[in-house]
Amino acid sequence: MEVPILKQGEYLIATFQAALSDADLNQLRSGLVHQVVKLRSRGVIVDVTAMDVMDSFASRTLREIAHMIRLRGAETVIVGIQPEVAFAMVQLGLTLEDVTTALDLEEGLAYLNEKFKNSH
Amino acid sequence: MAKRNEMINETNLNNQVTELSRSEAPSELLRELVAHLRQNRTQLREEWVGSISQTRLLTAMTKEEIFAEATSVYDSYVEALETETFEALQAYARNLSERIIPRGVETHEVVGIVLLLRDVLARSLFAKYQTDFKKLNRILDAYEPAANRIANTVAVGFVQERERVIRQQQEAIRELSTPVLQVRERLLILPMIGVIDPQRARQLTEQLLRGIRTNRAKVVVIDITGVAAMDVTVANHLVQTVEASRLLGATVIVTGLSPEIAQTLVTIGVDLGKMNTVGDLQGGIEQAERLLGYKVVTLAERT
Repeated sequence: MEVPILKQGEYLIATFQAALSDADLNQLRSGLVHQVVKLRSRGVIVDVTAMDVMDSFASRTLREIAHMIRLRGAETVIVGIQPEVAFAMVQLGLTLEDVTTALDLEEGLAYLNEKFKNSH
Repeated sequence: MAKRNEMINETNLNNQVTELSRSEAPSELLRELVAHLRQNRTQLREEWVGSISQTRLLTAMTKEEIFAEATSVYDSYVEALETETFEALQAYARNLSERIIPRGVETHEVVGIVLLLRDVLARSLFAKYQTDFKKLNRILDAYEPAANRIANTVAVGFVQERERVIRQQQEAIRELSTPVLQVRERLLILPMIGVIDPQRARQLTEQLLRGIRTNRAKVVVIDITGVAAMDVTVANHLVQTVEASRLLGATVIVTGLSPEIAQTLVTIGVDLGKMNTVGDLQGGIEQAERLLGYKVVTLAERT
């Protein structure tokens, strides 16, 4: 199942609807990395609220997305990681280092707004 | 063939008759025994209380209390011997345990006094039947199994009651031990107190992560002033909790690390860049307020 990428002002929002296959994740990655420059976005929010399992491939891909988007000149926030998922990830050593995380979509937007407040 | 069958029947019948007379005998003996114990109640009870204080059992209770309890135990004991039913005794044992456990009476004391009573009564039987050795033997045959069963019932009742109390207390401790408190909007405090075992650590983490979700917390202060020591497993768990909280978008500040725990954390090689530590709880809350953009001023300063 493909992940829709929505443009919301200066930001891109990708919301996971269900558990994704590896191919879907790869597609999401290339989609976001392309769109972020094409649509001149400054921030990307990836919402994983619907994911109740996070394997190592998914978490590595999220990390890659965040790093690639930083290289493309924008900021990424991963939002909506469930408490159980968070703890399972940490126990597996999948801690998403150097990636910004937030509680939910609202928090992620607030974070980006705060971050870009001064440059308006 | 038929004749043989008859013969077998006859021997069977004979066996039954002898068994019947045998099974009747002990209850008759018990009746005699009970009568003897009733008759000598005052004297035997005093003897028993004497040997209780001699062996220094039940030191948590006064002499009067021991005497009162001894009277009830003695009577229920004789009653259990007489009726050969143990429910009343069991109920009494439970009731007694309920009363004396909070006063610090130990298992060995309860078992000890019941065994003492058994011995005192056995001695009195020796004294009474010393001339008739055969009868003494038969009386003891009837007395011993019943007495042992009584001792068993009382001991089991006591231990069960104790275990119930312990279970209750464990539950209470578990409930009390994991408060996740909101002190300001989006600021949670998790005070950890006492010994943290892996099970409690897991419970704390679960509650904290759920608390972050429901209170929409941005900053969490984990205060471990009340934790004297931490083993490597639990220290690792603490680090994992910090990282899991970050994945939910919350910053964790750990306060009140004792020198021993600091040593443990360094030994397991925690990445200190990930862990935000402040000396005491006050400092931790102040830093959390800074992170959240609060500034606390006195009223005088404001004007």
